[in-house]
Amino acid sequence: MGKVFQKPEAMSSNHTHYCPGCTHGIIHRLIAEVIDELGIMGNTVGIAPVGCAVLAYNYFECDFQEAAHGRAPAMATGIKRVRPDLTVFTYQGDGDLASIGMGEIIHAANRGEKFTTIFVNNAVYGMTGGQMAPTTMPNQKTSTSPFGRDVESVGMPMKVAELLSALQTPAFITRQTVIKPKYITRTKKSIKKAFEYQLANKCFSLVEVVSTCPTNWGMTSLDAIKWTEETLLPYYELGDKKLPE
Amino acid sequence: MQKEVMFAGFGGQGILSIGKILAHAAMEEGKEVIWIPSYGPEMRGGTAYCMVVISDRKIGSPIIKRPQHLVAMNRPSLDKFAPEVKPEGVILINTSLIPVDAGRSDIDEVKVPASDIANSLGSMRSANIVALSAFTARSGIVEFDTMKQCVKNEFMKKPKVLELNMLAVEEGKNAAVN
Amino acid sequence: MGKILMKGNEAIGEAAIRAGCLNYFAYPITPQSEVAEYLSKRLPEVDGVFLQAESEVAVAYMIFGASGAGERVFTTSSSPGISLMCEGLSYVACAECPAVYVNIIRGGPGLGGILPSQADYFQATKGGGHGDYRLIVMAPDTVQEAVEMVMRAFPLAEKYRNPVMILGDGLIGQMMEPVEFPDHLKTEPSNKNDWATTGMDTRKSKTKNIVKSLFLDPAELYKKNIILKEKYDIIKEEEVMYDTYNMDVDYKMLIVSYGTMSRVCSTAIDLMKADGFEVGMLRPQTLFPFPEKEIFAAAQKESVKMLASIEMSMGQMVEDVERSVKGTRPVEWYGKAGGEVPTPEEVIEAVTSMYNKECA
Ligand SMILES: Cc1ncc(C[n+]2csc(CCOP(=O)(O)OP(=O)(O)O)c2C)c(N)n1
Ligand code: SF4
Repeated sequence: MGKVFQKPEAMSSNHTHYCPGCTHGIIHRLIAEVIDELGIMGNTVGIAPVGCAVLAYNYFECDFQEAAHGRAPAMATGIKRVRPDLTVFTYQGDGDLASIGMGEIIHAANRGEKFTTIFVNNAVYGMTGGQMAPTTMPNQKTSTSPFGRDVESVGMPMKVAELLSALQTPAFITRQTVIKPKYITRTKKSIKKAFEYQLANKCFSLVEVVSTCPTNWGMTSLDAIKWTEETLLPYYELGDKKLPE
Repeated sequence: MQKEVMFAGFGGQGILSIGKILAHAAMEEGKEVIWIPSYGPEMRGGTAYCMVVISDRKIGSPIIKRPQHLVAMNRPSLDKFAPEVKPEGVILINTSLIPVDAGRSDIDEVKVPASDIANSLGSMRSANIVALSAFTARSGIVEFDTMKQCVKNEFMKKPKVLELNMLAVEEGKNAAVN
Repeated sequence: MGKILMKGNEAIGEAAIRAGCLNYFAYPITPQSEVAEYLSKRLPEVDGVFLQAESEVAVAYMIFGASGAGERVFTTSSSPGISLMCEGLSYVACAECPAVYVNIIRGGPGLGGILPSQADYFQATKGGGHGDYRLIVMAPDTVQEAVEMVMRAFPLAEKYRNPVMILGDGLIGQMMEPVEFPDHLKTEPSNKNDWATTGMDTRKSKTKNIVKSLFLDPAELYKKNIILKEKYDIIKEEEVMYDTYNMDVDYKMLIVSYGTMSRVCSTAIDLMKADGFEVGMLRPQTLFPFPEKEIFAAAQKESVKMLASIEMSMGQMVEDVERSVKGTRPVEWYGKAGGEVPTPEEVIEAVTSMYNKECA
């Protein structure tokens, strides 16, 4: 019998520091599997965000750079413009990408920079202790919205995939999740497609992944999955938002 | 006189909060006090510790290399901090999770199965209070009743938890004295 | 009101409210996020404004706008966040808007770490942003002093129409100490705001006010710079604050140290005193203006053989100490950075070895 469970080559053997029930680890694994399948490990550069995934460079077996908070798309642009032969991806949280780094991601997408962004939407700032994010749901309590997100004061949660899809420049933009096996398969397909578009020198690509943060949501892993299904997914609809022409 | 207490254990064992309760008690008694937490990113799994410094005059350095006392709630904490404790200090060992001794003959070792006691009272979560109570009873660092009152104040708003923790206070004291 | 036990970060938030500042804009960052978390609950109770901004770049201009409109406003952040605000600080300083910034410093450079540091000394005292501007910079050593400095910061900012920065470190933000607040809540702004964009109707003259930092005519810009310099010179004369420790004896060595580091040094000084080695300490409470004259005077004492600048950085304030003593005594530096805080024992070792080297 062959091995049933094997670590992708592009994944290092380091233990991750993620909390139990956190989906960051699953998403890492999917990316590593795609890198393996495409055989691009030796030619890929990842960009770590500032957020819980800041140590992502410890978990992948490929070159990595670490950005300042929110600036990963600008760094990716820098790399890709001077070394178009490299495969480049950014891995960013919702505070990183949708708050402080909104300018960078919109402009990179609009210029059609040919790198891939994996965008992890867990509706809070994980690393700094569960503050409100642009993606926090209405009335959701966080450490800086102790009475629940007040949409009168701070607006509705941002739908990043839809927002970026409004740009004209051709791009592949999709929203997926990893809270159940059936979704995981689809997410992996999307990540692979995103990398393939990049390899074909086609376009900017972004895969938004609706994720969990049991620690800062104050939930068990199971409750977090349930809450994602019942509260996040109806608002953050899954599916492809934009395909290249 | 300045006394330092290191509280150490797993994240989630209520380490920081018993440190705070002791700091409150010291303040109630009119002493100078600092509570210094270990702080880090949210991500779990690590050890948590805090230092409480109590003095009758203005406290200088908040950085303490060798504390007077140690409350160790898990094995890594004991291994790490026991060698640093000053001679004649109290080392409280949560024997439910620590199967070894401090390995020192110049300190006062207090062995309390804090987690087991808490469990028998109905919730693991009060193991920290059992330990705080046992430590206070043995070290006399603040008056026992001041500490007890501060535990009360801490849980005033949650009657059920309060009841449990008041039992924990009693059991902790008994365990330390026996 | 009696003493209450409070975390530095929360106490800083409360102090601002007691100083009559009900407007706060910020972005989360360790180790100061508790200020925002505290104020997100507390400000609504007093009808204040709490807004979590999309970035520190945005915060800097929310502050600029609110201050330019004549309202008392403040923010808190930590090193990388303050770096992003430095552009805005330059504008605010040029437009002469009063505002208060708190930097709970963490280890740098770059993303660095999250543990206590004093490595933003240069950034705070020498600029950070572009152009010839200065901040008034204060550095507390206890939670109580942090409270007092925040409360002092607002009237100072308004008196000079100048941004004020409080430099703390991760420890000041994270530790709890007993603190006392004054009972009253100050509400009246201490300046008349007759320069601010409060709307022409609010002025009898009905003339318009413009808050800006653009001066295309070099003569005009030069004039602006002269006005600023004159202001900074007055601040240097009037606003120096410092404290001393063990300086009433014939100390052989003078330590200059501030904030958390100075507390470590005070313990080291006690221990050295017990061993018969007298060391004095001058603790700058304002880093700009720097207590130059006071340090010079303290160094002239006959018994003093040398000075040591002791910092949680790789040697920044030491340049100001050297400048202050004007070559009259040797000046050495000792410190650690990156989130490591020297222990009293390490300070003693460093101080004794530099003394032996220099003066034996
Ligand atoms: C300029 C700057 N501001 C703030 C921070 C503090 N900070 C670190 S991570 C983070 C947010 C992380 O949240 P998110 O991007 O949602 O990722 P998650 O941790 O949830 O995966 C913030 C605000 C920083 N490092 N740099
Ligand atoms: S804090 Fe949240 S996002 Fe970060 S590792 Fe833990 S569960 Fe994951």
